[in-house]
Amino acid sequence: MGISVSNISKSYKDVKALQNISFEVKPNELFGLIGPDGAGKTTLFRILTTLLIANEGEATVAGLDVLKDFKEIRKHVGYMPGRFSLYQDLTIEENLNFFATIFGTSIEENYDLIKDIYVQIEPFKDRRAGKLSGGMKQKLALSCALIHKPKVLFLDEPTTGVDPVSRKEFWEMLKRLQQKGITILVSTPYMDEAALCDRIALIQDGEILQIDTPENIVKQYPKTIYDVSANNMYQLINSLKAYQHKHSVYPFGEFVHYTDTRSDFNPKELKTYLEAQNLSNISIERTQATIEDSFMELAK
Amino acid sequence: MNNTNVIQAEGLTKMFGDFTAVNAITFEVKKGEIFGFLGANGAGKTTAIKMLIGISNPTSGQAHVAGFDVSTQAEDIKKNIGYMSQKFALYDDLTVKENITFFGGIYGLTKIKIKEKTKELIEDLGLEEVANQLVGSLPLGWKQKISFSVALLHEPKIVFLDEPTGGVDPITRRQFWEMIYRAAHQGTTIFVTTHYMDEAEYCDRVSIMVNGKIEALDTPKELKKQFQVDSMNDVFLKLARG
Repeated sequence: MGISVSNISKSYKDVKALQNISFEVKPNELFGLIGPDGAGKTTLFRILTTLLIANEGEATVAGLDVLKDFKEIRKHVGYMPGRFSLYQDLTIEENLNFFATIFGTSIEENYDLIKDIYVQIEPFKDRRAGKLSGGMKQKLALSCALIHKPKVLFLDEPTTGVDPVSRKEFWEMLKRLQQKGITILVSTPYMDEAALCDRIALIQDGEILQIDTPENIVKQYPKTIYDVSANNMYQLINSLKAYQHKHSVYPFGEFVHYTDTRSDFNPKELKTYLEAQNLSNISIERTQATIEDSFMELAK
Repeated sequence: MNNTNVIQAEGLTKMFGDFTAVNAITFEVKKGEIFGFLGANGAGKTTAIKMLIGISNPTSGQAHVAGFDVSTQAEDIKKNIGYMSQKFALYDDLTVKENITFFGGIYGLTKIKIKEKTKELIEDLGLEEVANQLVGSLPLGWKQKISFSVALLHEPKIVFLDEPTGGVDPITRRQFWEMIYRAAHQGTTIFVTTHYMDEAEYCDRVSIMVNGKIEALDTPKELKKQFQVDSMNDVFLKLARG
């Protein structure tokens, strides 16, 4: 069973953290909440894990109501908060034992589920959690969130501040957990991780901008994007921004992604303009939209 | 960019007991260059930066930053560099103006200069309406832009940015990089760490640290050619996995 959210709103004083949010996560789906800091992702996680009560709306997790059935829900969900929240002065093994005991189980009983992840930190099982590196803390937190074999797993920005190699390994672990039948809701500020989810919701300022598969979101991008490059990046950005027909100008790695307001845009005309701005080695070529392009267009 | 070296490190090494955190790194960074300093978590980046900004003494080797020796002239280095990290940037319970005044004072600017800089910074970033608000109440993206400007208050020769854009939305992240380009264009050297590999492509040159050593150092274009891949992300994965 998955997650159902309908018309959830939450405010803190005069800040609207979530505004009328609705979406469904199907059973066994890997669903991504993609959005920057302050989008409302953590507030939503806390409501769904029964740690916070919404001002309006309803939600169910694994078929259980977040208000009425909060005690029952807690037995069936695993939650890895964005901030490391395990006991710093307990060892790896003590932390894991503690969580297993709280949920009335043992490490041995569910070892299969966490084995993949836990073997990587098991050699250090007598080390205190406070003394672990970021990557090891992350693996311990995930092990603790899984030790009671939850039906639904909530991961709040598990890869923030983590290098690309560890991020890639972490997503491989998530895929394997999904294959074991766990429904996963994961949030991230890294747009490239969106492509690894079955479906995603793009979220900003407490509102959902779009929900779909990553492929469909990119397909629905409304404009033709051009990769533009020239001899001087700084001057290129300034010149493109000053061009009267520009729709959007965003640096993208070694290129600038450019879209034009006109439907009959001719790249040659833009090239002539850039040459007149004293730029050289100009290249303008069509390219594919990415999730980040879609996000920026929707957030504009 | 010209040929003056703003950073010059030779065999720079830091050991903690038996553990070599930074293992004899040698490199130089030129004036006005945007230099990307990459590596996996735990590769030794933070330790290396601490030595370069004069708050950690090298075990061996040497480095000059802004013309000063990191071992013997640490205080001079601190006056000539700017520093901004994701973790520590500004005081949340001071207003925007108070933060500028405070850091201006720390950097030893005169009252007149601080006034002038405050006006300039607030106009530049379009902060007129929030200038008297507590920094803690502002969105992360704004804070990061303000703290970058604050790191440039005393017109340092070089500014160190430690993961300046983590968690920031994609539009603000690009505005931030446009600020970096502008500062570099005006001659400030930029030394930046990031986990966003598209940002590595924005750098003039990039170094990648693996287990305390610099394993690659070149322009993004040359690195991609050398490793026969299409993106800096793939360069990183090939190197740091090995």
